[in-house]
Amino acid sequence: MSPAEKTGAESAAPAETTTSASAAGRVGDVVLRAVDISKTYGVTRALKGVNFDVRAGEVTVLFGENGAGKSTLMKILSGVEQPTAGHLELDGEHVELASTSQAVARGISIIHQELNLNANLTVRDNIFLGREILGARGIDYRRQAEITRELMDRLEEPVSPETLVQDLRVGQQQIVEIARALSTDARILIMDEPTSALSTSEVHVLFGIIRELTRQGVAIVYISHHLEEAIEIADHAVVFRDGELVAAEEAEHIDLPWVVRTMVGRDADYDFRDRERRHGEVALSVQDVTVADPSTGKVPVDHVSVDVREGEIVCLFGLMGAGRTELMEALAGRDELAGGRVTLDGEDLAGRGIGDRIAQGMGLVPEDRQRDGIVQLQSVGRNMALASLRTWVRGFFLRQRAETLNVERSIAQIGVKTEGSDAPIMSLSGGNQQKAVIGKMLLTDPRVVLLDEPTRGVDVGAKGEIFSLLFDEAARGLGVLFVTSDVGEAMTASHRIVVMSRGRVVCELDPRRTSRDEILAAAEGTVPEHARTSAPAETSGPAGHPESTSSTSTTSTTSTTSTTNGAAS
Amino acid sequence: MSTTTAQETPAGASTETTRRPRFSFSLGSVLVEARALVALAIIIVIFTALNDNYLAVSNLTTIAKDVSFNAILALGMLMVILNAGIDLSVGSTVGLTGAVAGNLFQGLDVPLTDAVMFPATWVIVLISIGVGMLVGLVNGLLISRLNLAPFIVTLGMLYVGRGLTQVLLGGTNITNDLRGQEGLGNTGFFEIFASRPLGVPIAAWAMIAVAVAFSLLLTRTPFGRWLYSTGSNERAAELSGVPVKRVKTRIYVLTGMCAGMVGILQIANIRSSTADLGDTYELNAIAAVVIGGAALSGGRGTVRGTVIGAFVIGFLSNGLVIVGVSPFWQTVITGAVIILAVAVDQIQQIVQRRRAQARAVAEARRVSERAERDRDSEGKEAAGV
Repeated sequence: MSPAEKTGAESAAPAETTTSASAAGRVGDVVLRAVDISKTYGVTRALKGVNFDVRAGEVTVLFGENGAGKSTLMKILSGVEQPTAGHLELDGEHVELASTSQAVARGISIIHQELNLNANLTVRDNIFLGREILGARGIDYRRQAEITRELMDRLEEPVSPETLVQDLRVGQQQIVEIARALSTDARILIMDEPTSALSTSEVHVLFGIIRELTRQGVAIVYISHHLEEAIEIADHAVVFRDGELVAAEEAEHIDLPWVVRTMVGRDADYDFRDRERRHGEVALSVQDVTVADPSTGKVPVDHVSVDVREGEIVCLFGLMGAGRTELMEALAGRDELAGGRVTLDGEDLAGRGIGDRIAQGMGLVPEDRQRDGIVQLQSVGRNMALASLRTWVRGFFLRQRAETLNVERSIAQIGVKTEGSDAPIMSLSGGNQQKAVIGKMLLTDPRVVLLDEPTRGVDVGAKGEIFSLLFDEAARGLGVLFVTSDVGEAMTASHRIVVMSRGRVVCELDPRRTSRDEILAAAEGTVPEHARTSAPAETSGPAGHPESTSSTSTTSTTSTTSTTNGAAS
Repeated sequence: MSTTTAQETPAGASTETTRRPRFSFSLGSVLVEARALVALAIIIVIFTALNDNYLAVSNLTTIAKDVSFNAILALGMLMVILNAGIDLSVGSTVGLTGAVAGNLFQGLDVPLTDAVMFPATWVIVLISIGVGMLVGLVNGLLISRLNLAPFIVTLGMLYVGRGLTQVLLGGTNITNDLRGQEGLGNTGFFEIFASRPLGVPIAAWAMIAVAVAFSLLLTRTPFGRWLYSTGSNERAAELSGVPVKRVKTRIYVLTGMCAGMVGILQIANIRSSTADLGDTYELNAIAAVVIGGAALSGGRGTVRGTVIGAFVIGFLSNGLVIVGVSPFWQTVITGAVIILAVAVDQIQQIVQRRRAQARAVAEARRVSERAERDRDSEGKEAAGV
């Protein structure tokens, strides 16, 4: 790294700049450099020799699909994990970040997607948690409060340091997180999906703050699935794909088509669009379903209607915060509906629990496999049998032979790579765990399967296998409704795409007649020209999906709610 | 003692199709149980060496009774611990059911009349165990429906149960009435519940019955699967359609039932219903479950391990008495053994995790080296061409 000649003594000695943000390097200087970073987990190569610079006073945006390696790189930059090969250079010096506290000590802070605040503590206590300022008589609360007030003023969110975090809006909590990061004199601030919980006006405030920070010389690394927002804030963008850094570009050359093109690179190696399809009667019918979250007062799902026919694979596309997961969990019976009707084979599911719905023929493959999908302490076989144990009961006892036989047939048919049904589920790779969870639902002999991000954390090869499996089942009459934020998946692995944005259905698209840009634009709320007519061009099934009309008619009510939210901020 | 339980794993059917034996997987659970067995063997060897009477028939009968009472309670406790719950009220429930039975032998004042009813012995036993199950049902409903912490609910119930016991007994012990009277048709209590079929105390037979029943329940019924899965990952179980709340309620009814059984067996054993009966029994029960290799965080534990755990505690405390260790030191030693058991368990898990990590790292390195070699050789080929 070249020594900073122009700015004189203050930044001439890079080793001393770690203590104060004001002493951060000159705009454009490379402060942090990743050199040939590789990271492998077991047999998965999450990062393959990545070279990457972070520059002072600039916003570097990271683009990439799920599993492209962004979050792994962030973990390495913030000291959560260590690279398998390669190293980091801070101000030109070779550094090893063995822990997050070491990273923080060197001026690198990360703001995670999930807020890491203690709701029961005050703003002040949260900011100084673990780094309390000690005076002669214990914690110096006055000094802490002073600094907190300064920080919050600097971030234009003058809440009292004594306010409990639980009394703040999510947007304000996000700003407390930023304040905490700044209080460590961060020179490099990593922001992972910082806007996913924010309203539009809060996003603008945040962008103002980011601009202010860059003027002060702070380097920002910014990750977001919200492409347009990210493009707006970017000074510099890098794109990841399959663990490799595939493109780097300055702000003036970046636009949405470029990002999407480089992110996806090539089409997925599977394409099921042209498989023969036979759609029967409507199996699952969702009418005007609304889900409200009483704790936040938000309405994550707002009058959504969608039908799934026998043998049809419907993709529910949307970005983070579009209300997809909330809709899926409500359909599965975990949450109660605030309005609307769900029918399966014409039978109203109101008041039925999760178990009843599974017995009726509809179950959910959840998004978070570790939290909701697998029973960690049990074997593959036990996991797969869990949802359909009742099938094998005779009298009081389980017919274990029948159970094992069925489970093992299913393991073979689905292609779960395991040493046997007795192997612990945790010994499987992510993709095979996912197949086991899907297998669990298929063993219940369902009419409709709901899948929330079925390929999350799954390697590329297994993705194709999972969809191939779903298409095989669909050919036998299974209805499938799956959620994804992967445009490629939506295009190549569905019969019909329903795009959701901010809790509403924006439009329906035919994967054979749409484009990536169009899907992404729709996910941002822009209804494409040709989808504005109420009946989609789809001709394969009995035509006419009245829900697209009903969804547009609810637009006005939704926009009112979002404006009130905005005004409140 | 392995005769007391059935096979914990559904072997047989699946092993034929499994190519490799699941050696590494079952090794962990074998070690956990073997550890308790080794401890038991050491205890027996030491105390036999110190005192000739340790393995005498009369002493073994005493041990068998104590072990059985604790094992029955511990098996009930296992049910709630598998669900990551706890039941602190079982000791009080033992006392309460004993007091209820004692009172019923004295006759039941029929309300609004001068009549006094004397239920038959078997009716008294059923009612008493029913009271135990009712206590468990209240616990279970509060915990599952209102989402209250099991620790708090059952701690409260510990006081309520003990208080009710004292109310029912009114400061006196019920001793003679337990024998019943020929004319009242309620005799036979001691003849049955203090009997020794085939020379083995009835309590031991009860323990065997409960162990077999619970073992079948855990390994052969959907309920058992539901219990293990909710204990390991409740959210995943719920999304698989497991009636999580119902499972939770029922396990507390089962612990209550076990406590009721012990209450009946104990008053027959000591031939008296007293106000402090069952005091601190819950702690021994929890200790037996933990020594038997169950995880308080749920999802892990077996009937066999729990029974062995009860034997370890029973043989240890009896041995300490018989070699004449002071009662104060007995308590210290028992406590130390419990801590040792969990500490060893934890250390074993840490070691296993470290090994697994080391294996994963080595594997990753091999993979990347192989990839590099491939790249090198490709490069050489290219250069050669």
